[in-house]
Amino acid sequence: MSKERVLKISILRYDPHVKGDKPRMETFEVTEAPGMTLYIALNDIRKHIDSSLKFDFVCRAGICGSCSMLINGKPALACSTLTAKLGEEITLAPLPTFELIGDLSIYTGNWMRGLNERLSTWIHNEEKIDTDTLEEKMEPELAEEIYELDRCIECGCCVAGCGTMQMNDNFLGAVGLNKIARYQLDPRDKRSDEDYYELVGDEDGVFGCMTLLGCEDVCPKNLPLQSKIAYLRRQMVKIGK
Amino acid sequence: MDKRHHIDKTPARLDFIQSLTGFILALFISGHILFESSILISNDAMYAMTRFFEGYYFFGESHPVIISFLATAVLLIIIIHALIALRKFPSNYKQYKSIKNHIQSLNHHDTSLWAIQVITGFAMFFLASVHLYTMITLPNHIGPYASSDRVAGGMMWPLYLMLLFSVITHAGVGLYRLILKWGFFEAKEQKCMKQRRALLRIIMYLIITFYLLVGIFALAKYMNIGYEHNYKTGERYHPAGVSK
Repeated sequence: MSKERVLKISILRYDPHVKGDKPRMETFEVTEAPGMTLYIALNDIRKHIDSSLKFDFVCRAGICGSCSMLINGKPALACSTLTAKLGEEITLAPLPTFELIGDLSIYTGNWMRGLNERLSTWIHNEEKIDTDTLEEKMEPELAEEIYELDRCIECGCCVAGCGTMQMNDNFLGAVGLNKIARYQLDPRDKRSDEDYYELVGDEDGVFGCMTLLGCEDVCPKNLPLQSKIAYLRRQMVKIGK
Repeated sequence: MDKRHHIDKTPARLDFIQSLTGFILALFISGHILFESSILISNDAMYAMTRFFEGYYFFGESHPVIISFLATAVLLIIIIHALIALRKFPSNYKQYKSIKNHIQSLNHHDTSLWAIQVITGFAMFFLASVHLYTMITLPNHIGPYASSDRVAGGMMWPLYLMLLFSVITHAGVGLYRLILKWGFFEAKEQKCMKQRRALLRIIMYLIITFYLLVGIFALAKYMNIGYEHNYKTGERYHPAGVSK
């Protein structure tokens, strides 16, 4: 068996709520264990070296999207990143764009809420729902397609991996465009083509996307962002021609 | 909800026109490089090519004004393309710093390819304009000797070399990005999408390499002819058996 590695994990430390605190890199040494994820390594650091280290975790299984961070400059989920896949020197930083709580902990919730409100990401149907009748049937293929897009966990990785976002704070990002692709597929949502165009048919929406595909390549859920954005672009061009 | 409310269709049109003009320009340059590289076959081949584009084989006499017309059309398409593509350029230092930092730290292939598009596109504002202005104003100065004189004696080769690298890279990367942007040749399954993209990228690099090689060899040939012929700058080529 190969020798145990000692990982040197450098973390960008900064708490904007502490007066006078300045951003700095701090390096921690952690002895690697078999099957170790960054989630385990970070907990190790907090438990044994520095209890003040801030980072977020809930599910530790790649489902909740809380532990997204920049791992060697690339957005990813810490809980589904095996340290064995990384070198001995690892750099961690909080995801940009989102409000910083402190160290690696960010507040994606308010950003995502704003996005969902802006895009009204719920079924728009003015018909009164009669709970006594059976729901309208949906083809399994369509249901699956919608479900596939619904797998988004709002971790913010696509937002951090997006070049357009760097130059336009108002850009919806792949997370927003994916949601619109999802609702447009859904026959229960009665919004018209024009309604959707109004939501994403500008340079804060699909026409702002420069197809750098950072989103596609960093999405921890492997959502079909590239093809869905291309689909949405074709749809919106058809409506806007 | 009112289904007839007014929507601003301009963003959709701009996005489409940017892609369309880019596609036309990429097609144009892929033909252009091959046609001008007829010099690699022989002087006579390039001469025949020149005559062809001057309409000789249609009208029985040469009309270099056709070249002027084509060059003007290309310049106009470039202006439209550049004007629309400018939307995507970083427009202040803050944006520039932010995207530069992002490109470097993310170290992501397709993001870096976009940076190449911005750089080569910007370079061509100047490089392509010079070339096209010459073509518009002096369309009759094209031919095995006339072009070689311009390249060598006229010291156009450094500009042409920079233009060649810029335009081939820009067109190659642009076509590749166009395919991804509008969703052509997509794999059916999501898990194959990355492989498909990698394949497209390989094809793109092969095409860029091919055109660069052809272009460089052709330029070298023009320089060679130009320097050998330099003592008679201005002399026009006449193929064997054709009276002056």
